[in-house]
Amino acid sequence: MKYKARLSLDVVFKYIFKATGFLVLALLGGILAMLIYNSFSFFLDVKPLDFITGMEWNPTGKVPKYGMLPLIISTTIVTFGAMIIAIPLGIGTAAFIAEYASPRLKNILKPTIEMLAAIPSVVIGFLGIVVVSPGIASLADLSNGLNALNGAILLAVMALPTIITVAEDAIHAVPKTYKEASYGVGATKWQTLLNVVIPAAAPGIIAAVMLGVGRAIGETMTVLMATGNASILPSSMFDSVKTMTATIAIEMGEVPYQTTHYFALYAIATVLFIMTLGANLLGEYFINRFRKYHAQ
Amino acid sequence: MRNKTFRFSSIIEWGTLLISTLLVCFFLVVVLWEIISKGSSVLSWDFVTQVPSEGMTKGGIITPIIGTVLLTLITSIFAIPFGVCCAIYLHEYAEDNWLTRTIRASIRNLSGVPSIIYGLFGLALFVQALQFGTSLVAAGLTLGLLSLPYIITTTEEALMRIPNSTREAALAVGATKFETIKDVVLPSAMSGILTGVVLTLSRAAGETAPILFTGAAFYINGTSGFINQEFMALPYHLYMLSTQHQSIEEVRPIAYGTALVLIIVVFLLNLTAFCIRYKYRKNEN
Amino acid sequence: MKTKLFAENLNISFGAKQVLNNINVNFAENQITALIGPSGCGKSTLLRSFNRMHDLSPDAKIDGRLQLEELDLYSKTVPVTEIRKRIGMVFQKANPFPKSIYENIAYGLKINNLPHDKAVIEKALREAFLWEEVKNDLKMPATRLSGGQQQRLCIARAVALRPEVILMDEPCSALDPVSTLKIEDLITHLKEKYTIVIVTHNMQQAQRIADKTVFMYLGEVKEEGPTAQLFRNPVNEMTANYINGHFG
Repeated sequence: MKYKARLSLDVVFKYIFKATGFLVLALLGGILAMLIYNSFSFFLDVKPLDFITGMEWNPTGKVPKYGMLPLIISTTIVTFGAMIIAIPLGIGTAAFIAEYASPRLKNILKPTIEMLAAIPSVVIGFLGIVVVSPGIASLADLSNGLNALNGAILLAVMALPTIITVAEDAIHAVPKTYKEASYGVGATKWQTLLNVVIPAAAPGIIAAVMLGVGRAIGETMTVLMATGNASILPSSMFDSVKTMTATIAIEMGEVPYQTTHYFALYAIATVLFIMTLGANLLGEYFINRFRKYHAQ
Repeated sequence: MRNKTFRFSSIIEWGTLLISTLLVCFFLVVVLWEIISKGSSVLSWDFVTQVPSEGMTKGGIITPIIGTVLLTLITSIFAIPFGVCCAIYLHEYAEDNWLTRTIRASIRNLSGVPSIIYGLFGLALFVQALQFGTSLVAAGLTLGLLSLPYIITTTEEALMRIPNSTREAALAVGATKFETIKDVVLPSAMSGILTGVVLTLSRAAGETAPILFTGAAFYINGTSGFINQEFMALPYHLYMLSTQHQSIEEVRPIAYGTALVLIIVVFLLNLTAFCIRYKYRKNEN
Repeated sequence: MKTKLFAENLNISFGAKQVLNNINVNFAENQITALIGPSGCGKSTLLRSFNRMHDLSPDAKIDGRLQLEELDLYSKTVPVTEIRKRIGMVFQKANPFPKSIYENIAYGLKINNLPHDKAVIEKALREAFLWEEVKNDLKMPATRLSGGQQQRLCIARAVALRPEVILMDEPCSALDPVSTLKIEDLITHLKEKYTIVIVTHNMQQAQRIADKTVFMYLGEVKEEGPTAQLFRNPVNEMTANYINGHFG
């Protein structure tokens, strides 16, 4: 090829590569624009405060009610329940892999965690229907087990791989000298883990939890399939709940285009977006803090 | 005596961590056991080669299998070139300025956006604004957008592992920057890029939420195959059979079979990625 | 002796950091010139400015005149790839392409539209004293060669383009003594055809192979002269300290 042709190809591709960078910006911009535009259309009809604090979600009633508080509460208790299960298990497993497991055992455990992460959410949701739900029903003597507890268990399973991987990295990154100092003053391995290693890895572990929370809040299929989807204000873990994601998933298929109800679903998505963004940004903040702390 | 209690307590402590690890493994075992034990009796040659029949209570699942394959294909055609090019821009060209930092922050945020929101975006952009309608191409592109941040991140990691001296070698014999990237950098990073791409596609193949409103159908006659039409997909088929079908108990075996096939597809893709990575590591040493 | 390559009033800075300070230096045709000096003195920066490797660093600022005979190396009208074809480079760590031995030599020829038949490849490998060792394995990945062989392959890759100058950036620093001697032997043969500039940390190496030596310190040329003279009777006190191993 002539030099001129080579040079123009060089320049052309430089701009092609750069253009794809802008595509990413356009994608995020597009998502934001969609959320803002549709939410705005919704807030022309319904006051934002009524939306956030309203106690009843019934968009198809004679007098439509657009109070999303039950949905927020549903998402919150399912996520909260999931974290109660996943945090101790996740940190325990991460500590076991990082501190106790032999290299050979690590080579088995890490792919196991990766396999768990690879299972599609719809399969986990299916398990919620065929295994967890009958289990809860017979243990708690209920007619069915499609409730917040079921969703919490499944979301815990889904969030665990994220939590374990990030927390294990954090525990693994704690400098050996810290541990040696602790052993040096006569502490046992357990005391060292509790009093030295975990506190030193704390920002990383908090990041792991926040990323797990982000994952749980945004998860759709498992909660859609396993929590019963009754849009009432839940009073316990044994009540059926309808989360924000499930509401969008169910109602978007049935709603007429560009009605208040349609816009309302985008408004829910906006709240969802803000909540996951918050969790992820917090996670990122703590990861950066951990890196800075240990980079010295 | 003191020594003995010390040992005893350390076994309890160690046991606590071991139990949490075992519980996590137990979750995986339950999932696999339940799906494999009940799905394998349904699995047969006919099951994976025949179309669903009699209101989906009989027949096979070839239609959703083809749908998922085509869907993943469209996803790859869109997401791989765009993702790889964007990673090349970020790693090989971009200077450290506000624009680059904004792009990087966008990628991090995009990978945290819930998949249902991608579904809404696909609905608004591809189905409605661009008038593709609910179709294979709309759903494939939606999954492509979802995959983009993952492909960019993993590709950039692969590019980072290529030492600068490799790039200088090509420049020093008179190659242009583009030639350096095309002839030297990309071939060197290929296995790393492929690993990331395959893992991302296995994720995309199992996604349900983004295709809910963009083209997945409850049932279509014959086999799906036109990019401008609705399609059946494995994950959506499983969702539908287990929650939406009018005779849920009757189709339960087919649901198990579908779940098993879906898991096999996803694990095979993961295994492929694992093999690429393994071969790459071996060549490196 | 004819001057092949020179720098005049050369200043280079990266961002706010001044790395080279008013450098004036010239390299004679078919001679080996060694650049010596403590780490961070700017000798590699100087070397890399001749084939415009700093074009890759957006914050590099280059002032002054660099010429290959009559050719202004930083002229807007001269393609950078042309300059790199005429001024070859061998790097500190052997960096073969992840391709076969044959392809490693052929690549540069191909993109520069030069003939790349087997005879050309063989000639380059012979010139780099590598032919006998690899003639039966030309399809083998270059990464399977030993460190010394890889570095000779990189030299073959550079000479295949028939450059006028070859820049070498500590080409032996990662090699064992036997491979080092082989490469030094090769370099002394190469000067019959090429002008060679070599950066080295190794005083003995400079004395063994270089016709002229340039001592640099803190971004400035402190002393230059015929190698034997510079090492035997250094004029500058700092040169004396450095070659006697008092710092570096």
